Amino acid sequence: MPLTIYDLMKEKGSYLPGSAACPGCGATLAFRIASRVLGPNTVYVVPASCFSVIQSPFPKSAVGAPLYNIAFPAAAATASGVWRAFKTLNKEVNVVVWAGDGGTVDIGLQALSGAAERGENIIYVCYDNEAYMNTGIQRSGATPPYALTKTTPTGKREPSKDMPLIVAAHRVPYVATASVGYPFDLAKKFEKAKRIKGFKYIHIFSPCPPGWDYPVEKTAEIGKLAVDTYFWPLYEIENGKLKITLKPRRKPLKEFIRLQGRFRKMSDEEIAELEKMVVERWKFLEHLEKSERIF
Amino acid sequence: MGGTWEIITGNHAAAIAAKLARVKVVPAYPITPQTTIVEYIASFIESGQMDAEYIRVESEHSAMAAAIGASAAGVRAFTATASQGLLLMHEVVHWAAGSRLPIGMAVVNRAVGPPWNIHVDHQDSMSQRDTGWLQMYVSSNQEVLDTILMMFKVAESPEVLLPFMVCLDGFVLSHTYMPVNIPDQEEVDEFLPPYKPPHWSLDPENPITFGNLALPDEYQEMRWSMDMAMRRAHDVIERVVEEFRERFGRYHGGVVWEYKLEDADYVVIAMGTLASEAEVAVDELRDRGVRVGLLKVRSFRPFPHKEVLKALEDKRGAIVIDRSIAFSSGGPLGIEVKASIYNQLDLPIVNFITGLGGRDVTYQDVEQMVRESMDRILSDRVDRPYYWFKLKPEFEKAEIREGY
Repeated sequence: MPLTIYDLMKEKGSYLPGSAACPGCGATLAFRIASRVLGPNTVYVVPASCFSVIQSPFPKSAVGAPLYNIAFPAAAATASGVWRAFKTLNKEVNVVVWAGDGGTVDIGLQALSGAAERGENIIYVCYDNEAYMNTGIQRSGATPPYALTKTTPTGKREPSKDMPLIVAAHRVPYVATASVGYPFDLAKKFEKAKRIKGFKYIHIFSPCPPGWDYPVEKTAEIGKLAVDTYFWPLYEIENGKLKITLKPRRKPLKEFIRLQGRFRKMSDEEIAELEKMVVERWKFLEHLEKSERIF
Repeated sequence: MGGTWEIITGNHAAAIAAKLARVKVVPAYPITPQTTIVEYIASFIESGQMDAEYIRVESEHSAMAAAIGASAAGVRAFTATASQGLLLMHEVVHWAAGSRLPIGMAVVNRAVGPPWNIHVDHQDSMSQRDTGWLQMYVSSNQEVLDTILMMFKVAESPEVLLPFMVCLDGFVLSHTYMPVNIPDQEEVDEFLPPYKPPHWSLDPENPITFGNLALPDEYQEMRWSMDMAMRRAHDVIERVVEEFRERFGRYHGGVVWEYKLEDADYVVIAMGTLASEAEVAVDELRDRGVRVGLLKVRSFRPFPHKEVLKALEDKRGAIVIDRSIAFSSGGPLGIEVKASIYNQLDLPIVNFITGLGGRDVTYQDVEQMVRESMDRILSDRVDRPYYWFKLKPEFEKAEIREGY
């Protein structure tokens, strides 16, 4: 049965009122939608990240499902242990890692790669706000070029890691990108991941008002523009077959860039250069889409 | 006594203990000299002798993280490591104890690098002494097997709920064959029932958030409760050891093991297989009229302060042998022994650092340490916090030349 927005609104989800998140937080928007699809029979493993704080301090919690906090590099390994234990107890539970981009593409990459290669039956979610936001905006391997962070005060010079394709190269059954700007697409991908056995990876574009320096009410709009400008293409890779799940009429990258203070030092030439990269990457994905299997 | 006798290595004994304990999840990463433990367990599982999940993780950090996940989900978890592996784990070694998860681990003691050295010393496990793990040091393969079984019971007891490591000396035990009595599975099942978390677990029926931010107003009491649990573990160890003795007829000591202490003038204090050498040295010295006894410290955490104090009352001196070093400070065991008697006894303590990186320490060496110590004590020359033993001659000269 296809998921409708009505179904989604009916579900309670595991995100309770009164969290410690910043206003306009993209990560919590993602969690609200994802937890509604995943349902209460879910265990979350969270490494050091904004979400360690968002869940609010002891003895309170803004998460209505079992949640275990673990050290920064270890989320995928801990989730592996949780899943294997449930397996010995014959319990069917969704085991979900809810990690930021630092805990995924940088310090958590080794454990993630190990769990993916072993085919652990978990859903690994990276909510990507494109820098170390919890420690106060320092660059990560997911920070895009030109972005200002406190450790790249004149702008990052290197391109970001292509994490979804890195995970896909482990030949896992399901990899998807998503954006909080397209909640329905995001929900559908969680629904799919829930039904697939093995290692699933969902990488969610999660705008961050304080980290990206934009007004708090613009989170959804920036999440949409990222997709519409081809900056963050939405696709999924199921059993090695890539499919672009949304093909918008492309808008100029400038519309996305100029909304955010983190790109304020970019010249028009630099925006044009980045736009060229973004379009090339879109074409590359379209090329991959034509293959029977990319991995 | 039931069970069957086999001639096996210390590592084989550790693997059999994990099987007998009906461990449910074993995440493991190989490292010399621990390797054969995880190889045996893999073969037990794949041949159907052991009903457990084996997670072939990509690092020791992940091994402990996965053990944490499994234990948090409510099952008995076990792993094994050594040296660099234990050091890489360190962050999550703390995390396991803070989560109050009774995970079991065999640590096959090995020196740390650089330079690479695969032989025994205790620097690896001593680096973990303040993580909140129970630490037992053993000196025979039978003791390896029995102690792992006993420690699961101690660690899982509601007063304790802390993880434990059983430390066995690399190669000296891990790769040395000794006769070991392997208890029957039914007997072990009666002694060690299946693990049921009495505190919390990751259960969708009863959702809790574990480990979220605790502010200064909350944190300190959590640490206090760990310390309380560690102190309570002392009596639990003594209780479980007696229960084990009754059921299996074997006794390796409780938090300590005492040998010929009653009429001794001098007491050797050591851990692991050095204590076995010291046992021989005690007999040799007594044959020649030196009244010396041995206190083997089995439990380094919790530390047996009361037993040390009691053993040293009315003695003329103590010789403490350490197989690791707290640089510029002494040996970890020596430091603890001094803390045990401070303000209680005025007793000279001679602390030796020796046997690092597998340098052989024989019973003759222990005899020599005792004789040197007696000379110093009798001539009032215990003039340093610790002494190096069995340095090469030119280094020995430099050591004497240097102040401390």
